Amino acid sequence: MTANSGASGTARWQDELYDELRRHDVTQFAYVPDAGHSVLISRSLADPAVHSVRLTTEEEGVAMLAGADLGGRKGVLLMQSSGVGNCINMLSLMKGARFPFLTLVSMRGDYGEGNPWQFAMGQAVEPVLKAMDVLCLRVERPEDVLPTLRAALTMVFQGGQAVAVLLTQRLIGAKKF
Amino acid sequence: MEPTSKAINAAKAAAPQFLLDRGTAVPVLVGRQEDFLHIAGLAGTAYDIASLTNGGAHAYTLAGAMGAACMIGLGLALACPDKRILVTTGDGELLMSLGALATIAVMNPPNLSILCVDNGHYGETGYQVSHTSLGVDLEAIASGSGIKLTRTVETEADIAEGARILRQGNATAFVLLRVKPTDPPKFKLNLDGAVCREAFRKALLQPA
Repeated sequence: MTANSGASGTARWQDELYDELRRHDVTQFAYVPDAGHSVLISRSLADPAVHSVRLTTEEEGVAMLAGADLGGRKGVLLMQSSGVGNCINMLSLMKGARFPFLTLVSMRGDYGEGNPWQFAMGQAVEPVLKAMDVLCLRVERPEDVLPTLRAALTMVFQGGQAVAVLLTQRLIGAKKF
Repeated sequence: MEPTSKAINAAKAAAPQFLLDRGTAVPVLVGRQEDFLHIAGLAGTAYDIASLTNGGAHAYTLAGAMGAACMIGLGLALACPDKRILVTTGDGELLMSLGALATIAVMNPPNLSILCVDNGHYGETGYQVSHTSLGVDLEAIASGSGIKLTRTVETEADIAEGARILRQGNATAFVLLRVKPTDPPKFKLNLDGAVCREAFRKALLQPA
């Protein structure tokens, strides 16, 4: 953990994220288990009003959220930066059929990363997402988390866009090895 | 000619028979097609379902995003618990998204059924053999993934039971339909996914 987040600080903005998603009637939470999203995942599991769906790979979540939209519901895909690479072809759905798409990405392979395996995909996240017409909003400071999510929710569910909120390692802290 | 080897020949000899005709078996298995919201995977099954529904707005047929069909079906099934959802997908597409069977089995929505039209080949790209011609059993994989209600339909005699399973409605169902490697029905697909999305949502969410 870095000085500007800390365990309790991280938990607070994660709780705020969850509450804001629920205020906007997001009812499908899809994820591959990830430490960076642990609060959101456990809140969704404990919430009887939502579907909390563990995936075997992230692209399943992209397709699932297209199905949610066909049925008139809203969802979010929670993933780590490494999962972005798994989603590329499935994002054809969002680009080709203009499905709204919201994902929250916990970043690895950037600020303060100590595991060399994480850099390739971590550094490729933004170019890859932009190539598939997914707009990227980076968050570096805890006070920016909630306003950024609100902006993304508007862009996705009113504006009909595909948006990734990138929760950077400057925000969430680099994993210690 | 397909490249052959001892191993491939042995696997083909041990593989199941592909006897039924998709053009007749799919409509009989589905029955009253208007009882379902349909998701159909790309290539053969998109033609099967678009033809069966006459391009109806209650069917969303894919022409890309290979591997998407089952998970679109899950999202739709969770969103619409009062509707029955039928995902129709080919062996090639399902082989690309086997993990989705595990994800779906864990959620087990009772209003979701999956029909895999297995012709043992990649028909769209020139009928190269798929893994299911070489011994891979997708019903066993669905069952091993945790889907409780599974059947294989290989002969005329199996069809009634397959049709019953697709409509049983107390758990997610999976039916593997083995068919001859022949072309699907001809139909002019609407390839504009955005237009089809709007039409599907309008018909479902703002019925006239």
